Amino acid sequence: MGIAVVDVTKSFGDFSALSNVSVAIPEGSLTALLGPSGSGKSTLLRVIAGLEPPDSGQVLIGDEDVTDRPARARGVGMVFQHYAAFKHMTVYDNVAFGLTIRKRPRKEISRRVHELLELVQLEGLAKRYPSQLSGGQRQRMALARALAVEPSVLLLDEPFGALDARVRKELRAWLRRLHEEVHVTTIIVTHDQEEAMEVAGQIVVLNDGRVEQVGSPRELYEQPANEFVMSFVGPVNRLGDTFVRPHDVELLLEPDAGCSEAMVERVVHLGFEVRAELVRDDGQHLLAQLTQEQAQLLELERGQIVYVRPSRETVFSAAAKPPGLPRSA
Amino acid sequence: MSKWLLRFTALGYLTALLLVPVGFVFYRAFSDGFMHAWDAVSSGRAVHALELTLLLTAITVPVNTIVGIILALALVRGRFPGRGLLNAVVDLPLALSPVVVGLALYLLYGRGGWLGGLAEHGIRVLFAVPGMVLATMFVSLPFVVREVVPVLREIGTDQEQAAETLGAAPFQVFRRITLPAIRWAVAYGVVLTTARCIGEFGAVSIVSGRIEGKTETLPIYVQSQYAFDFNTSGAYAASVVLALIAITTVVLLRVFQPKEH
Repeated sequence: MGIAVVDVTKSFGDFSALSNVSVAIPEGSLTALLGPSGSGKSTLLRVIAGLEPPDSGQVLIGDEDVTDRPARARGVGMVFQHYAAFKHMTVYDNVAFGLTIRKRPRKEISRRVHELLELVQLEGLAKRYPSQLSGGQRQRMALARALAVEPSVLLLDEPFGALDARVRKELRAWLRRLHEEVHVTTIIVTHDQEEAMEVAGQIVVLNDGRVEQVGSPRELYEQPANEFVMSFVGPVNRLGDTFVRPHDVELLLEPDAGCSEAMVERVVHLGFEVRAELVRDDGQHLLAQLTQEQAQLLELERGQIVYVRPSRETVFSAAAKPPGLPRSA
Repeated sequence: MSKWLLRFTALGYLTALLLVPVGFVFYRAFSDGFMHAWDAVSSGRAVHALELTLLLTAITVPVNTIVGIILALALVRGRFPGRGLLNAVVDLPLALSPVVVGLALYLLYGRGGWLGGLAEHGIRVLFAVPGMVLATMFVSLPFVVREVVPVLREIGTDQEQAAETLGAAPFQVFRRITLPAIRWAVAYGVVLTTARCIGEFGAVSIVSGRIEGKTETLPIYVQSQYAFDFNTSGAYAASVVLALIAITTVVLLRVFQPKEH
């Protein structure tokens, strides 16, 4: 079911976690809430889950106003960053928990649990305890547990945050495939823009308790609404009032129109991608992103003088500047 | 080398401080022969004292276990004004001399006390079992709370919230998630509470009035035997009973406690 958050405000003492946030999550979508820590993304998720009551505003799941409903009656499935595994229960009992609470017949529970364990690739580990599983396995168990009650909404709070980089990447791809299979409306909270772009169809960028922009990964990257979004969804060079992505920095060996002189400070080889850290003669630092081939043609090395020209730049009007961000970064 | 020194010091200290005196009690209890010791603990007066001690324990331990868990939940999970004060008050029985507790109850329920009028309505608190129960409850309150609080802090609220989103009502969350997570802390708290209930002397001694065969608990009986009846081996024999109960509770916990704790 679709979700609508309408004008939600939430404060913790003096700290304003969410101010007048409105978001619409289409049915069946996979949406990421993206933002730095303290941006309010986890609070927003917990308000949707019913674990945190908003100070004002409404939460709608489907067409129903669930603002005053406790978490247990909202039909949501939630996955926590640190797994929240029931440590004293086996994997089987963990996954079965929601169904046991609902007093479903034992046979049905058994069938459903085994189905889910197969889905999350944990067949054969049903009798283990959470302490005997790896982090990735625990999180898949938590996902199966959340899915067991057939939630209308699946909420994931930094689900891969506690895992190492390789497992995290695997689980992201796996989550996308799972979403294609199960098609439940899913919200994932993350502070990692790469994770959001890789997994989600729609991204809500939050900062300082406000929504900065909502859009597809491509829209956010190509048409960022303001400098916060521009700098949060990817690396960026700031040249006065203009912003240039590192891959839009053109490097030439001879001076040309619109070029300025710069010295190569460092060259970082990352396989296919090569990053050059440059400093212009006016002291401005720049990051350029090239392919390996381009770097080879230029014979880039430390101390070399090159000529740089932005092939594409973005300028934001003063009105687009978010209130929370200082004028000069 | 330093490892051995450490072990030797620890064991030596325990031996000198605990094992030797307790061992001596066992030794002296049987120094006039087993039958003499048996007579001392099987007399009507001694059996009554033991029964009364067990009764006080049987009432106090369940009450303080339930209240202790509720207090621990309130201290860790609750958000209310006065929580800091409550936290301090829970420790009061540990800091306060039991004699003071006894005197406080004496003043409260005695003639002229705020609740002294109860006696005129036929509710005897002082020099009767209710007063002794109150005194025992007071001194043994903190143990379950103090064992459970750190465990509750450590497990956090994630598991409880996960259970909530899965459809569990508050009491189901408590029974299926919180209680299993704190069960060993509760068990340890129960052992300490039990030990305190069985051994309590000061507070109970004051509110009981020490009426022979009526309000005499086992520790009071021991002291009477020793101080007033000059029956030292009888006192030692009754002490052995107290010590055996204590040892049994501790051993039972060790037996049932899982290895990883």
